[in-house]
Amino acid sequence: MAEPVTSTHPADPSRPAVLRRALPRRALLRGAARIGGAVLVLWLVATVTFFAMRLVPGDPAEAVLGGPGSQTSPEALAAVRAQYGLDQPIVTQYLAELGRLATGDLGRSYALRVPVAPLLLGQLGGTLLLAVLSLLLAWLFAIGLALFSTRAGRWGRMLGSGLEIGAAALPHFWLASALIVVFSSWLGLLPPVSTPGPAGLVLPVLTLAIPLAGFLGQVMRESMLTALEAPFVVSARARGESEAGIRRVHVLRHASLPGISLSGWAFGSLISGAVVVETIFARPGLGRTLLNAVTVRDVPVVIGVVLFVAAAYILMTLLTDLAQRIADPRLRRA
Amino acid sequence: MSDLEIQAGLAGAAARRRSGRRIAGRIGVTEVLAAVFALFLLVATLAPGLVAPGDPLAIDPRSAFQAPSWAHWFGTDESGRDVYTRVSHGTLSSLQIGVAATLIGLGFGAVLGTVAGMLGSVVDFTVNRLLEVMFAFPGLLLALLFIMVFGPGPATATLAVGLATAPGYARIIRAQLVSVRSSAFVEAATVLGRSRARILLRHILPNTLAPLLVLGTLGIGQAIIWAAALSYLGLGAKPPAAEWGAMLSAGRTYLSTAVWMSFFPGLFVVLTAISATVLGRAVERRLRHA
Repeated sequence: MAEPVTSTHPADPSRPAVLRRALPRRALLRGAARIGGAVLVLWLVATVTFFAMRLVPGDPAEAVLGGPGSQTSPEALAAVRAQYGLDQPIVTQYLAELGRLATGDLGRSYALRVPVAPLLLGQLGGTLLLAVLSLLLAWLFAIGLALFSTRAGRWGRMLGSGLEIGAAALPHFWLASALIVVFSSWLGLLPPVSTPGPAGLVLPVLTLAIPLAGFLGQVMRESMLTALEAPFVVSARARGESEAGIRRVHVLRHASLPGISLSGWAFGSLISGAVVVETIFARPGLGRTLLNAVTVRDVPVVIGVVLFVAAAYILMTLLTDLAQRIADPRLRRA
Repeated sequence: MSDLEIQAGLAGAAARRRSGRRIAGRIGVTEVLAAVFALFLLVATLAPGLVAPGDPLAIDPRSAFQAPSWAHWFGTDESGRDVYTRVSHGTLSSLQIGVAATLIGLGFGAVLGTVAGMLGSVVDFTVNRLLEVMFAFPGLLLALLFIMVFGPGPATATLAVGLATAPGYARIIRAQLVSVRSSAFVEAATVLGRSRARILLRHILPNTLAPLLVLGTLGIGQAIIWAAALSYLGLGAKPPAAEWGAMLSAGRTYLSTAVWMSFFPGLFVVLTAISATVLGRAVERRLRHA
């Protein structure tokens, strides 16, 4: 840091120069520690997955050659073992695996006989689109419900809270069936399986968004109610700000805070939801790929999806931390 | 964050807002309905013959695919089996998976959380990293990984859901323990010269473990949904077992012609989850204002 110390905190000339320079450096250090922690967790996840997969019963070499039922010659088995490095000691295999993972090589699928990384990248777009649209819709539902139920008095509050508890208890598989029956069997408006067009996205997105909105809406409402009783709202009222203005300026910001802090959780919940939803609506994506791989014990694909999701989840948590600091100034000093 | 931590936070917030003894002690219509449904489930678990006298596996091909009527309240399935009888008799196996998974999660979580909260420093750091690793397999992912290693079936599905919910319990219990340990009454007991073991047994553990009842009740709903989801995906209980998730899975084929085959088992999953949330919150309110 060769730049003049005065430029870091121009707004606060009363602070001693040492402190003025120390603050951003400490923030940098903290950021580095967070990233270091994230890398550590990712490495542990890879290690756990590697050794867990060694517990899967059956010979991986046989799995490559078509499963335990197939009549394979010992020579073929030996060749496969040599090709996949399965004849090496486990430590060597582990280190080789880590080296491959570091370069983004996820191995080859046993069942589909294609490299895993491009396979997953091809499936990623569909799942991501589904998840992002569902998250946005859930936010919209949740904020709407929370705003409505904090305004509408006792009965409105009970209605809103009842709707949210009910929505949060809806299992994806049942909600999907209900939506299919109503919107495609009875009304004939939307296709029961996910077609490539936008019409095919409506039901899967609704299925994922409604339970999520139930959770988010409850948390946002609690946060709004807390904010409505907070001193800064009292003083805003005393200043003569309109009720709508208070809600728009102060309360909505508080309602959005848990929305942000929960997005890591929401992402995880959307991914497990995607496993069910993509299966029901026959929609290509990571979730369905994972379920198929688990069913036929396609180890490399399962490892690939798990590592992928774990990495994305850890990244989401990091970004969430950052976004929270931006939305809530009180956290910046903590 | 996990589903459980959100549920627990919401129950706490709702209980805090409804302060005042009179309001806190009042039992509303929702609580009564939830308790009635829970009672029905209890009877259906212990003596399913009392609520549904028929045989859940009795086949009668002549009356297949009948819509709900007085004779068959919830209709009949593709083999003419009565759906109401099957749903009632399936209560045991459906709840069994959910409750056992909750107990496993709670047990694991209690051990990890207590160890981390009590032993401190190195152990706390290690357990926290372990929890972070478990959280990095969000939602059903950990359960799917577990099933991949140990194969599908009701027993592995139960263990898988239990293991997947454990980190949520552990983190709540650890936080609770840390806050109790630094509270005024523990400090007072220390100043009075009570032994460490006595403080732990008389003051810290009772105050940490009492909220477990609330946590367990809140967690059962989610555990039952996840267990049913695994059965639905063909990784848990399998048809023709009268388990709710498996029944839904079987009903999927006849969705457009026999909706009732899917509707009623799913309705029971939803009602169970809602009842668990409502009752958990009621217990939380009671504990807070006792």
